[in-house]
Order: sequence, then structure tokens, then C-alpha cells
Amino acid sequence: MDVVALSRLQYAVTTMFHFIFVPLTLGLSVLTAWFETKYLRTGDELYLRMTKFWGKLFLINFALGVVTGITQEFQFGMNWAEYSRYVGDIFGVPLAIEATVAFFLESVFIGVWVFGWNKISKTTHAVTIWLVAFGTNLSALWILIANGWMQKPVGFILRNGRAEMNDFLAVITNPYGWFKFLHAVTSSYMVAAFFVMGIAAWHLLRKNEVAFFTSSFKTAAMFALLSGLAVGATGDFHAVEIAKVQPTKFAAMESVWETGSRAPMHLLLVPDEANERNAVATASIPGMVSILAFHDPNGVVRGLKEFPKEERPPVLATFLSFRLMVGLGTLMIGLALAAVLMARWKGFVDFKLFLLVMVAALPLPYLTVQLGWLLSELGRQPWIVYGVLKTADGISTSVTSLQVLTSLVGFTLLYGLLGAIDIYLLVKYAKEGPDKDLSGIISIKGEA
Amino acid sequence: METLQITWFVLWAVLWAVYFMLDGFVLGIGFLSGVLGKTDTDKRVLINSVGPVWDGNEVWLITAGVATFAAFPTTYALMFSYLYLALLLLLFSLIVRGVSFEFRGKVDSLAWRKGWDTAIVVSSFLPALLFGVAFGNIFKGLPMDASGHHGGLLSLLNPYGILTGLLFVCLFAVHGALYTSVKTVGELSSRAFNLAKLLWIPLLLVAVIFLGYTAYATKLYDNYLATPALFLIPGIAVLALVMVQAQMVWNKPLRAFAASCVTILFVVFTGVTGLFPNLIPSSLDPAYNLTIYNSSSSQYTLTIMMVVALIFVPIVIAYKIWVYRIFKAPVTEQDVLENHEAY
Repeated sequence: MDVVALSRLQYAVTTMFHFIFVPLTLGLSVLTAWFETKYLRTGDELYLRMTKFWGKLFLINFALGVVTGITQEFQFGMNWAEYSRYVGDIFGVPLAIEATVAFFLESVFIGVWVFGWNKISKTTHAVTIWLVAFGTNLSALWILIANGWMQKPVGFILRNGRAEMNDFLAVITNPYGWFKFLHAVTSSYMVAAFFVMGIAAWHLLRKNEVAFFTSSFKTAAMFALLSGLAVGATGDFHAVEIAKVQPTKFAAMESVWETGSRAPMHLLLVPDEANERNAVATASIPGMVSILAFHDPNGVVRGLKEFPKEERPPVLATFLSFRLMVGLGTLMIGLALAAVLMARWKGFVDFKLFLLVMVAALPLPYLTVQLGWLLSELGRQPWIVYGVLKTADGISTSVTSLQVLTSLVGFTLLYGLLGAIDIYLLVKYAKEGPDKDLSGIISIKGEA
Repeated sequence: METLQITWFVLWAVLWAVYFMLDGFVLGIGFLSGVLGKTDTDKRVLINSVGPVWDGNEVWLITAGVATFAAFPTTYALMFSYLYLALLLLLFSLIVRGVSFEFRGKVDSLAWRKGWDTAIVVSSFLPALLFGVAFGNIFKGLPMDASGHHGGLLSLLNPYGILTGLLFVCLFAVHGALYTSVKTVGELSSRAFNLAKLLWIPLLLVAVIFLGYTAYATKLYDNYLATPALFLIPGIAVLALVMVQAQMVWNKPLRAFAASCVTILFVVFTGVTGLFPNLIPSSLDPAYNLTIYNSSSSQYTLTIMMVVALIFVPIVIAYKIWVYRIFKAPVTEQDVLENHEAY
């Protein structure tokens, strides 16, 4: 493989690995903060134990999210030097703001939260976990503003042989970035909610700590449903934005080859990329793709044939990522609704089949968010910055394929090992269940 | 525009200097933990003494990196791609160090802990050395011209690069030992204090050789000879280094640690003052030097970033000081044995 292919593969491997941990961090920080706030307001020790238990799993996961994030920053310069040089004037800005404004916040206050139990007041302690939650979510916002700019470049001019920023406001209000942020963050909440529900269901099947896990389950179910609805709504608006600014990605998502209004959606569809058509296209809903794109059945959807072959994304992969993402997303919203309704019924803790389904559903949101990223990044190809710079032109010219191969193998081995250890620890602590003994951890300042 | 570029150069230097000051003691404690910590509890005390702050300290590196990206994108792009394998090694070390702290105490097994102990020593030593090697080579200049970079991982390991690497290792070792003597009690604290006294001697030796060899291997002194008042900066570095030992002799570990902070800051300032206005000189032909003038972002971007920095960096410093005050008490054996949350 050449340097470009290897570098792309390495970027995919490291980013997808990074994004195993990030969504849980985003959502579980909020849930943990919620539990601690409930403890603060009610004084009920059950909530303190929930804070401790889910907080411990949060921390095991958090560590890997942070360290794999460093790779992301280094990699732009190491492997994508020409990209970095060309767009650094604009792309570096949200990244620098992210570090200064958000990353410090989460990293500093996570230390206070972990080590501060006996050193600061209960209220201040609860504030620190909210600051962590706020910091991680704010971090996601700036990263997605940066990614949003790659998807829909705004607020710049081409000058001095590079893209230079001339409108900061346009960059930070880029609708593409904001839709992406809202969509990614709410789907990350789904990951956390299904994580909590899955582990709670596992323990409920074994009748461990029934009150503890019922309560955790109920909160997570409501969180899942609210996030799920938000995922659907933001996804819908995001699709409209994509149709407007990235017609090639949109056409590939639905495998639309011919331009036309009242474009139908085919529930059964098999793209045939080589012959620029669909091998199978049936079970159609008239005008549905136009509605998806423009909220208007008469909207004209531009087909792939309108674009030169070398400017189209890989159709099959983009199409499948989108279909599977939407299918799994819909399934999970249904499960979340069922979970909320079930949790209102006392007997649900004995409904084994339902609990088993919830355990089995734990990995689904993980898979779904990865598909979302595949759609987002594959669908943008062959561009690294849509319409401005091709991916192949963003590469580091001084780096050899042997070097990239070395780093790719290194990352795969190291990440594989660390991922295995992390999952082992998560499973171990999740199975152990909450601490029964609270001595030494509830001695809050002044009462010790 | 020129003022902005110079201001960003200063800010860039400050970010790196603060990072080395803050992560320096974490790295130092990490690679000395095998010597300092005799028992498992000792090691837990050592890790917990930096537990609340190490993560926040590492963010200074991220910030220094992205500030380079945003303010001097051409330098960022070329530096990171030219130093590819060295940075890869650095990255792997930082990743392993981070998870080692978190994972070490998570399984109750001696073999598990011993494994992570080794990981901590190696993954703390390598960054200390590699940062030194990288900066030594930047001071010296990289072999680059119009056709790119003509060196590899091994060409970085030239005598001056290794010397700067050793300087960083010695600086961080003394720094970490002093932090331990301040932040722990009893035998561990006095062991660390004695180690700091001992390590100060090789540090002085390496520092003297470094100052001398720099005249031979680099052009750093050109700026100083042109403006002799600048000698104040290495002057402060040397004075602070002497003060480290003086305070130790007077049995004032906290003041010695403060002097060590000043030493590290001014060692970095000494180097970058000599570099100015270069960010990375070319050792082949000065025409290919990466300077703050030919590699910076546009005036508009530098201005926006300056506003962001002026607002948020003071806020960050304020809450970091608050955090250090909360955790100012030394960590004791009792603390780690009783606290479920401790590493």
C-alpha cells in the first residue's frame, strides 16, 4: 500500500479506537453528575453508591479516551503535514481553543473529583463532576466545529498558497459543525444509557442489589429515550444540511444515480457501483428521499452521475453505513421507549427475556456511532476538506510508507493490548457491583 | 503583524516551559519510582502524590502542540512529520504512562502491579530523554532544505542531542525528587531529599558541559552576543540552579523545589532566546530556516488566538492554583491505605 492508503488506514484505526471511549465519557459523566446531584439533594446513600459505582467505570473508560486523544493531535502533523500546513491557519484555531477552554477543564477537575472526596464540601465536589461533564461536552463541540469545517469549509479565503481564516464567526457558527455536535453528543448519551441499562439488567437477572440497579436502570432508560428522540431530530436536520452542502455524500447515502424531483426511497436496495446503477431497487416510498433531503417531496435530488467518477465517495460503503446506522438507531429508540414503559411496571425485574435483550443491546450504540463516523468521513471522500483539498494532497511528503507501516503496526498492537486490558477491567468492575462498605468515602469535610 | 508574531513566539516558549516545569516532576517521579519506592505502599504514595494533578499538567503539552499548530502551522507540519519516529515513541510512552497510573491499582495481584511499575519507569524516562533530544536538535537545526528532511531517528541521536536529552533527564530527576520530598513524609521524604542532593551534582556537570558545548554545536549564542543584556536569562537559570543546592543545604525543600521550577523555566527560555526568530533552523542552509515570519498564521488568526489566550489562560492558571492549594498537604501512607479512590 502507498503512504496515502496506509495513513488513511492508520487514521481510521486510531480514530475509531479513540471513539470507543469518547462517547461513554460524554454520556456517563453526565449520568454520574446526575447521581451525585441526587445524593446532594436527597442525602440518600443509594445515590452516593451509584455515583461511586458508575463513576469508577467512568474513570476506567476515561483514561483511555484521554491518552488516545493525544494521538489525534499529533497525527495531523505527523501524517497529514501538507493538510496541516494548508489549513492550519483556520483548522488549528478550534483545536487550540478546545485545549485551552475545554480540555484543561475536564483534566484538572477530574483530579479534584477523584481525590477530593474528603477535602472539599459536598456541594463543591458535585460541582467538580459537572465541570468535568461540561468540559468533555465542550471539548466535543470544538472538535466537531473543526470537523464541521472539513465537511463544509466556511469563513476563509485562499491566499498565500493556503486557506486563511477571514471570518471567525462563520467558522464557529457553521451549521454543519453544530448539527454534527448535537447529533454526535446525543448519540453518545445513548451509548452511556445503554451501557448503564445493560449492566443493570445483567445484575437484575441475578437479583443483585435490586434497588440499586432498578434505580440506575430507570434513570438510564429515561436518558436513553430523551437522547434517542434528540438523535432522531438532529439526524433529520443534519441530513438536510448534508443534501444542501455535500450533494455527493447525500447521493451516496441513498445510492441515487439520476438527478430528479420526487426521488423515491427504496427500502430494498443494492447499489451496483461499477455500472452506475442499482442492481435491486424495490419496496419504494415515492418522494421520500426528496423529503429527507429538503423536507419537500418536490425537491430535486442530484444524482451521482452528475459528478465526475473521481469526485464520488465509495458508494456501497457510504450507503451501508447510513442504512445500518439509521436501522440500528431506530431499533434503539424503540428499545429505549420499551425500557421507559417497562421500568414503570414493578414486575419488570422478573421479566427475564426483556432483561436479556437489554444486556444484548449494550454494544449496539457503540456499533451505531462508529457507522455514523464511517458515513461522515467516507462520504466526504475524495476530499479531506470538501471541495477545497483532496485527501491524497494532504499527506506528509517526507514520510515513507515504511514509517507509516511501522506506526500502524505499533498503534494496532499497543491499542489492541490496552483495549483488551480496559475491557477486562470494565467487565471485572461491572460484575463486582457496587461497594457495600462506604466507610472512608462518606467522611465529608467537617464530619470526618 | 511583527509584534503579534513575536508575542506568539513568547507565548509558545512559555507554554513549553510551563509544560516542562509541571510534567517534569511527574516524569521525574515516574522514572525514579523504582529507586525512591522501596515498598508497594511507597509506590502508591508516589503515584498518589501526583494523582490529582498529572492529567491537568499533561494538557500543557497538548496546548503547546496545538498552539504551534494554530500559530505556526508550517512549523507544526514540518516538525511533526520530520520527527516522525521520535514522536511516535514519545506518543506511545505518554499513552502507556497515563494508563499505568490508572490501571496499576485496579487488580489485586503483585505481578500485575510489578508489570505496571516497570511500565511507569520506562514510559516516564523515554519522554524526558526524547523531549531533550528533540529540543537539542531544534537548537542545533535540522538537516532540511527545499527537498525536505535528510535525517532519521538515528541522526537525532548526535552528541548534542543526547547531551540535551541527559540535561532534561537530570533536571526532571532533581525536580521529581524535590517534589517527593515536599509532598510526602517520613522516610520516603528524606530518601527523596537525599537523592535530590546527590543528583544535583551530575545535573550541574551536564549543565556546564551543555552551556559550553552549545557554543560549539549551535548558533544560539549569536543573539546573546548581539544583545549582551540577554545573558541575564541564562544567568537566572544558573543562579536558580545554584539556589536549588543552597536551599537543600539550608534544609528548605519547598524553596529548593521553587528554585528548580525557575531553573527549568529559564533553561527553556535560554534555548528559545537563542533560537529567535527561528522556530527550527536548517543546519544545511539558513535560507530554509523556519522562522516566526515565514511559518506563522495570518494576522487575523493570530489576533483571534491572542484574545482567546488572554481570556482563558489566566482562568486556567487561577483554577489550577486553587487545585494545588486543595491538595497542598503531603500524601501519607495512611491516606492511600484508607482512601478507596486512591490509585
